[in-house]
Amino acid sequence: MTLDLPLICAGVIAFGVLMYVVLDGFDLGLGVLFPWMPDETARDLAIASIAPVWDGNETWLILGGVTLFAAFPVAYAVALPAFYIPVMLLLFSLIFRGVAFEFRAKAQASKRWWDAAFSIGSTLAAFAQGVLLGGLIEGVTVVNGAFAGGPWDFLSIFSVVSGFGVVGGYALLGSTWLVRKTEGPTHDWAKRTASLALLVSLGFIAIVSIYTPLRFPQIAERWFGEHHWLTLAPVPLATAVVAFSLWRELRHGADLAPFLYSIALFMLGFLGIAISLWPNLVPPSISIFNAAAPATSQKFLLLQLAITLPMVLIYTGYAYSVFWGKVSVNDGYSSH
Amino acid sequence: MDALLLSRIQFGFTIAFHILFPTLTIGLAWFLVFFEAAGRRTGKPEWFNLYRFWVKIFALTFGMGVVSGLVLSYEIGTNFSRFSQIAGPVIGPLLSAEVLTAFFVEAGFLGIMLFGWDKVGPRFHFMATLLVAVGTTNSAFWILSANSWMQTPAGAVWQNGQLVPQDWFAVIFNPSFPYRLAHMLLAALLTSSLIVAGISAWFLARQRHLDFAARGLKVAVLALAVLAPLQIFAGDLHGLEVRRNQPAKLAAIESLWQTRSDVPLVVFAWPDQAQQRNRFAIEIPQLGSLILTHTLHGEVKGLNEFLPDRQPPVPGVFYCFRLMVGLGLWFLLLGWSSAWLLRGERLYRHPLALKLLTWSGPLGWVATISGWIVVESGRQPWVVYGLLRTADAASPLPVASVAVSLAIFISVYGILFGSYLWFLSRLVRSGPSLPKRHPEAIRGARPGAVL
Repeated sequence: MTLDLPLICAGVIAFGVLMYVVLDGFDLGLGVLFPWMPDETARDLAIASIAPVWDGNETWLILGGVTLFAAFPVAYAVALPAFYIPVMLLLFSLIFRGVAFEFRAKAQASKRWWDAAFSIGSTLAAFAQGVLLGGLIEGVTVVNGAFAGGPWDFLSIFSVVSGFGVVGGYALLGSTWLVRKTEGPTHDWAKRTASLALLVSLGFIAIVSIYTPLRFPQIAERWFGEHHWLTLAPVPLATAVVAFSLWRELRHGADLAPFLYSIALFMLGFLGIAISLWPNLVPPSISIFNAAAPATSQKFLLLQLAITLPMVLIYTGYAYSVFWGKVSVNDGYSSH
Repeated sequence: MDALLLSRIQFGFTIAFHILFPTLTIGLAWFLVFFEAAGRRTGKPEWFNLYRFWVKIFALTFGMGVVSGLVLSYEIGTNFSRFSQIAGPVIGPLLSAEVLTAFFVEAGFLGIMLFGWDKVGPRFHFMATLLVAVGTTNSAFWILSANSWMQTPAGAVWQNGQLVPQDWFAVIFNPSFPYRLAHMLLAALLTSSLIVAGISAWFLARQRHLDFAARGLKVAVLALAVLAPLQIFAGDLHGLEVRRNQPAKLAAIESLWQTRSDVPLVVFAWPDQAQQRNRFAIEIPQLGSLILTHTLHGEVKGLNEFLPDRQPPVPGVFYCFRLMVGLGLWFLLLGWSSAWLLRGERLYRHPLALKLLTWSGPLGWVATISGWIVVESGRQPWVVYGLLRTADAASPLPVASVAVSLAIFISVYGILFGSYLWFLSRLVRSGPSLPKRHPEAIRGARPGAVL
């Protein structure tokens, strides 16, 4: 039996991107919610709850980029010039929100500027990721294996709606994370906000589910073609069940469950998009098969992943467990 | 201005900005390991005071390195997509190895290192510090391997328009890699020694935190005195390697236009690339051959062996090399004389030495950037030496896109660097927060009392 290398590599990249979306999703989501938080204590709590982990969360984005580069260099070489503007927007946004963690803690007079950098940076980063997703679903013009479109091709009503959808989705992850990590007024505020963010997220899921099959016949065929609707039906059904459970948990007193259901909602949304696009990496013409790196490159990548990824997951899990409980404002290292 | 040139300026600018921060954190991480190890071994709280102060500067610098590094992992694709497509099969897996063995390790344990003092035991905390240091060093390993492969490609062949690896061991341990890794790691350690020495000397010159500063200065100066000669030795070996593998670069470094033996050392000149000769050259006979071939009469290839469009831009390579070497010699002098003054603790009360150490604090960065300019400009016009020209590596982008992104990078990084220096100077000015429960740590004005 030969290993289907492109398939395994695509699976690993999908896993990495999903890890990124969930992990950086909740800390970007806190940035999205930042300006609306009830008071300075809530903001300090929000920052303290992610300060030890945000750097690791963002590492999954780098992993996503370099594994795409290593395993599917053609897709990397087509997609990045095609999305030059949203990628640059994403990078600039992540720069500001990243340095804001350090600068904010040390600032006095300029603290509110770094607060603004954190929230605007997080929100624009989320928005840029949504625009990228929307633009990717809409497809990229490719001639002779290279990007051949214009710099604004990514921009459409759908990609902008995607941008807002991801902002709302990250706000859901961020608010349910805050429910888990805080107590008192911040906790209550987070619970109310999570319900609102859930509505935005579900609205976005509905738009994608209706628009994409109407717009792209091959996506309609994928979901509603012969027998497919039967085998794929569990995905929308599970989404409905998860959304309902999340809504119920938010109304009751649960602490951890809303965050876990939010993650499940993201996983299902991610799975839905993967099903729609399969086997394309960059629709409509770059697939995991024609963009694949030579086997020797994919094998070396998979060897690295096989050795290190289990360890990464173990010590990342450990790092989370060290900072597992409710957060307090005194958790900064400056106070030692 | 075309998009290629703008992309090159942007990449050069963003990568030069980025390397400032890892250069400091790679070295500083090992200082922190040393401080924590010394504290655990001796039980002296003074070592932990050093740790607590320098870990703040480490965290600030590390954050800058993370955000500026993220840019690079995507900028290769956005601005050099043809390079990505052609060399991706080789470079991609080297970068993924860096993410998996370095970035995740650093990120996973940095949180515990910074915030975990009360949450994990001291032994585990030390392990976290050690793993962060190992992570930063792994990062240098892989990135230098990838960059060295672009200088001296090995183990890969052309197949279907891509460079395809045949032998990963040959790719990773390509001919220039061992020299360049050693050179960069020493540069990182030197840069951080100079920063630690510079800030400690500044405290001493101002009569502040005397015990604390003297302890830090002693460690840093001893490190400097040991590392500076090692760096010169590593640089010399690297030079011999460049002569073997990248003769055009070596000729540009020496501004040697004609192949000859009995090569003089050009101390200073105005390299005129249009006329392919030097103006106003000040030369020392035979010394070039002695340094480059380790014999008095050795032959060195000149730029005449390469067509003008296969030559690197000579003046930049030539001047940056002299700046780097000049600084390297200065670090040796500074390190040895400061170490000499440690006898009888004269250094701590020596105004001139303290002033020179303070002003030399940032010079490691200058030397490192100069060295990288020599290496990268010296490789031109190739992006993968001898295999792929830089001109054939860029993305199909409109000029306006790159011009705007470059302008934003310059302003954003300007703001960031200003803010970094501002917060760095504030951390330094507010000094170490010496805990009151260890009164012995702040007792005694005589710096020698605790050393």
